[in-house]
Amino acid sequence: MQFDTPATTNPIDRMKVVGRPHERIDGPLKTTGQAPYAYEHRAIANPAYGYIVGSAVAKGTIRSINLDEARGAPGVLSIVTAATAGKLGKGQMNTVKLLAGPQVDHYHQAVALVVAETFEQARAAAALVRVDYARATGSYDLDEALKSAPLTGGDSGEGSGAPPVDRTGKFEDAFAAAPVKIDAEYTTPDHSHAMMEPFASIAAWNGDELTLWTSNQMIDWGRGDLAKTLGIPKDKITLMSPYVGGGFGGKLFLRADAVLAALGAKAAKRPVKLAMQRPMMVNNATHRPATRQRIRLGAQPDGTITAIAHESGSGDQPNGGPEAAVNQTKLLYAGANRLTSMRLAVLNLPEGNAMRAPGEAPGMMALEIAMDELAEKLRMDPVALRIKNDTQVDPEKPERRFSQRQLVRCLTEGAQRFGWSRRSATPGQVRDGKWLVGMGVAAAFRNHVNRTSGARVRLGQDGVVTVETDMTDIGTGSYTIIAQTAGEMLGVPAEAVVVKLGSSAFPVSAGSGGQWGAANATAGVYAACVKLREQAAQRLGIDPATADFADGRVSGGGKSGDLRAAASGGELVGEDKIEFDKLDKTYQFATFGAHFVEVGVDAYTGITRIRRMLAVCAAGRIINPVSARSQVIGAMTMGAGSALMEELAVDKRFGMFVNHDLASYEVPVHADIPQQEVVFLDEADEKANPMKAKGVGELGMCGVAGAIANAVYNATGVRIRDYPLTLEKHLERLPPIV
Amino acid sequence: MRAFTYERAKDAVEAARIVAGRPDAKFIAGGTNLLDLMKLEIETPTHLVDVQDLGFDKIEKTRDGGLRIGALVTNTDLAADERVRRDYGVLTRAIVAGASGQLRNKASTAGNLLQRTRCPYFYDTNMACNKRKPGSGCAAIGGYSRQLGVIGVSNACIATFPGDMAVAMRVLDAAIETVDGGGQKRSIPIAEFHRLWGDRPEIDTVLKPGELITAVTLPRPIGGRHFYEKVRDRASYAYALVSVAAVIQRDGTGRVAFGGVAPRPWRVEAADALLPQGAAAVTARAFQGATPTRDNAFKLPLATRALASVIAQAKA
Amino acid sequence: MADRPELEITRRGVLASGAMGAAIAVAPGAAVAQNAPEPQAPPTMPVRFKVNGRPQQLTLDTRTTLLDALREHLHLTGTKKGCDHGQCGACTVLVGGKRINSCLTLAVMHEGDEIVTIEGLGTPDKLHPMQAAFVKHDGYQCGYCTPGQICSAVAVLDEIRRGVPSHVQADLTKRPAASNMEMRERMSGNICRCGAYSNIADAMADVAGVKA
Repeated sequence: MQFDTPATTNPIDRMKVVGRPHERIDGPLKTTGQAPYAYEHRAIANPAYGYIVGSAVAKGTIRSINLDEARGAPGVLSIVTAATAGKLGKGQMNTVKLLAGPQVDHYHQAVALVVAETFEQARAAAALVRVDYARATGSYDLDEALKSAPLTGGDSGEGSGAPPVDRTGKFEDAFAAAPVKIDAEYTTPDHSHAMMEPFASIAAWNGDELTLWTSNQMIDWGRGDLAKTLGIPKDKITLMSPYVGGGFGGKLFLRADAVLAALGAKAAKRPVKLAMQRPMMVNNATHRPATRQRIRLGAQPDGTITAIAHESGSGDQPNGGPEAAVNQTKLLYAGANRLTSMRLAVLNLPEGNAMRAPGEAPGMMALEIAMDELAEKLRMDPVALRIKNDTQVDPEKPERRFSQRQLVRCLTEGAQRFGWSRRSATPGQVRDGKWLVGMGVAAAFRNHVNRTSGARVRLGQDGVVTVETDMTDIGTGSYTIIAQTAGEMLGVPAEAVVVKLGSSAFPVSAGSGGQWGAANATAGVYAACVKLREQAAQRLGIDPATADFADGRVSGGGKSGDLRAAASGGELVGEDKIEFDKLDKTYQFATFGAHFVEVGVDAYTGITRIRRMLAVCAAGRIINPVSARSQVIGAMTMGAGSALMEELAVDKRFGMFVNHDLASYEVPVHADIPQQEVVFLDEADEKANPMKAKGVGELGMCGVAGAIANAVYNATGVRIRDYPLTLEKHLERLPPIV
Repeated sequence: MRAFTYERAKDAVEAARIVAGRPDAKFIAGGTNLLDLMKLEIETPTHLVDVQDLGFDKIEKTRDGGLRIGALVTNTDLAADERVRRDYGVLTRAIVAGASGQLRNKASTAGNLLQRTRCPYFYDTNMACNKRKPGSGCAAIGGYSRQLGVIGVSNACIATFPGDMAVAMRVLDAAIETVDGGGQKRSIPIAEFHRLWGDRPEIDTVLKPGELITAVTLPRPIGGRHFYEKVRDRASYAYALVSVAAVIQRDGTGRVAFGGVAPRPWRVEAADALLPQGAAAVTARAFQGATPTRDNAFKLPLATRALASVIAQAKA
Repeated sequence: MADRPELEITRRGVLASGAMGAAIAVAPGAAVAQNAPEPQAPPTMPVRFKVNGRPQQLTLDTRTTLLDALREHLHLTGTKKGCDHGQCGACTVLVGGKRINSCLTLAVMHEGDEIVTIEGLGTPDKLHPMQAAFVKHDGYQCGYCTPGQICSAVAVLDEIRRGVPSHVQADLTKRPAASNMEMRERMSGNICRCGAYSNIADAMADVAGVKA
């Protein structure tokens, strides 16, 4: 189905199933421990166990590997290294190859896989692999490397991109002439996805055919890049990932677990299962790169922005890409004179890549503090400043309108609900016992991306509706919203729909990434359901154009019949995909929101604790308010982590992230997160897709850290521009203690 | 993890004798720290003597009005004991500020005293660490040291003792009772139990090989108001950047020890005496000669401010 | 047997203290030979315990954690391995009615113990009230930490009932209440990277019969 004109009225608009709060249909499995994750599939009997050896150096070469002792250790079946693995390619989506040798590209890059009878034996033998490295000098200091880094454009691979330099109007002149301006630098650190399920795979060969159970967000990318890496045809690989224990971008791409499981199984001539050990996850995998950002804003005394510039620098491995932190600044606020630019330094730290809301997440962390600073200079309410600079068109290309943009309503409604009027405009005024209390606001913004997505819908002779698509559910609620979509289209309850996901045997979907999954995957299911409706109506002798599917029946033209009867003569199969052409040339698709946060800062110790959080979101039609809300509160939680505690500490001598486990890389725990409130504005974006839905899974992450930073400033009167906002960054500037 | 044999001891002296006789043997009680380290081959025992059946799981009154806490009493049970909550509140406060509910259910009193540092370079076996591998150097010096020690550290090691419980025990003047393989018992004041690293950072405590902790004793209650102020980035389930254990009397005198700053719970009795003069006076004395790094210099003002918070609460 | 000290030094081939750019050559195999044992099967031991009411008898490599015994030997994969180092809580199970991290305890240490895992609390057709509350309040997303969260949540309400104190309790001599802050503090050993915390607190409040 080609979607190239805005949707008109369609069966989804009935909103009998879609749009209703619905418990997850996979809930009983997940809450009883019955949902099988990658390491847990039991279809293969008697697997051997793999354990990965990671590089001890960040950059250099492997001079030799002595495997004698490891090979002689109890239970060892085989050991894979680059020297024994044969010729390997590199995945198209991978910046760095997944098995080192002889060149080492980064710390904890895999150098070997030990396969043994048991997990305990594999782990013990892995410690006996002796690697002799020649360490080379590397580049690990972002600030140093940025001094000579070139301007670079690019895309995160997840939809957020920007050119090296982008100019509209005359920024420098306008900025110089602006009566009120700010010019500030902001830093964000490297972040780790830290998903709860480690990278894990089970590989089994049958002749030249490979079956891989794994944990991956993008089945087709994973399959294609595994084929490319192993040098085998893609159609020889079956890749399955029905449950994904969190990804956040970390499992967008083929990773070492999948490649090594496949190589290990081949070498050991046995199925192999492996999970990457947690202390290796941070440096072996990708991460969100640190940024160094400079923002200049010039405004008229009434708050009208006349000049806006956002420059960002980040680093990555050779041939990697920039963190597109300037992306949102091209679109979020009006202003005639604009400049964005990005620099990319070469670093030999682990590969930087997409993490939840790449680009916007760190970009909004800076931009939304800058807006707060400008508001203060203007003596203007920060909500009012954002409203003043709203735009309904792409500021760089005014002929392109936003398909839908209700940022102003998000801000005003949020302000009212949150009690924003009680905020003291002067910082450092509100005290509650030992706590300095402050409120902060930020806009939320994340682009919506259209992507091709396919699905197959079956109506069985038994009347059961089954949806098959390689879409993944990474906690997003895909199982449930797909059931709701098929249920709405075919006139049956969501509970009556069987949803099968995450297998390369199914039609290729949008996959889970860039908050594009829900809207595009359900639109693909919509398209397949349209095909099935045609067949079902024809079987029942009803004109497909006028057929109505409701309550398990199909009716039209005075005729009516049971849906199940349509398949009594044989299973019906509808398969199609949603494809997009030119609407995104005419319209800018984006999602909007407003974050409001109240914090307390301990006047003695400088520790910040969040007291209240509210997000108001405008993201098109909300397919399931339950799972959509969960996506937003989860993103707010991750945003709270990035505001207050998350930072991969770089050891610039050894080129590694030092705090590479879950004890030392702190992410929020229960005690950090108060009751959270989320409001969705009632929207349906008919220009986006037939579901009239857009993404929401990353919107909640964009801006929340800025709102927290602004609340901290409002509490203390001390501005911190360097994330995370740990206590030492304002401790000695807090009010003196008696 | 290296292969090991395992036995369950039935008798404390016998257990001590076995471990004393084999340098590669270790006691295991809760296991929450030892197994963590064994998985990384930071600890590599080839024989484990499980002491869980030795019966050291009671909290009893001592003849002089204090408490004797069995070495195997779990953190949860110790924190929940009514006498501890009433008379040694700082101890309950410190325990429940540490780790998680699950870990506290397993962690033992003795094991908690023996927990090893959380220095990230100690934990990464690719990195030099004099504590893990004597003579290999210290990668933490000149590296990422935000969590690490500011006082009592050495040129060989800047790690901290990471625990909370022991910091409270330090202000309570607890003593550690042990038995060795010859049946010899001794009582070690907690002030002397944890070593300063000096040039032997691989040795954490004054225990001799095979010496088994049987109990921790607390002297009779000293009254006062009890506080444990733990400062950390996240609100729970995190090690202290700085912690303050304090018992403060109505007249403003008292005792104070600091966690997260040194190889041992850090208490300077001469600094205690300055409590009536305020936090700054106490920390100036307690942290005299401190050698912070650029990353962790904030711990000094933080210790002062955290103590000031405690003093303010005591006055409230 | 000696602890193979020579090898420890060169375990990873390079020591961070070494001069930058240089590498320390790996000790040749000869250094091992004197003490190297013949490759032999690692020590195993029998252990008996009850899991979800059913007696189990296993003979295990002594290194096997309770977590791996459950997952790899008894195929009870509801208990999750998130970190294997006591840093996330995904492996939480109840032993003798109390919650522990099954990754940081050896299976052989649990002779005679009664263990309850997520599979023992309820089934998809017959959910435990806490499991039902998690479904109702959407107290999970990816689901990987969820069994640990639920085991912990069941234990937390029991701990509050039994009066076990917590960090956020104002008065240690009083009994704790099942307040929002109490439950959040007590649940903090169970990390949820998806960030379902607010909903988990609602689910627990529902089961505890209090307002979140």
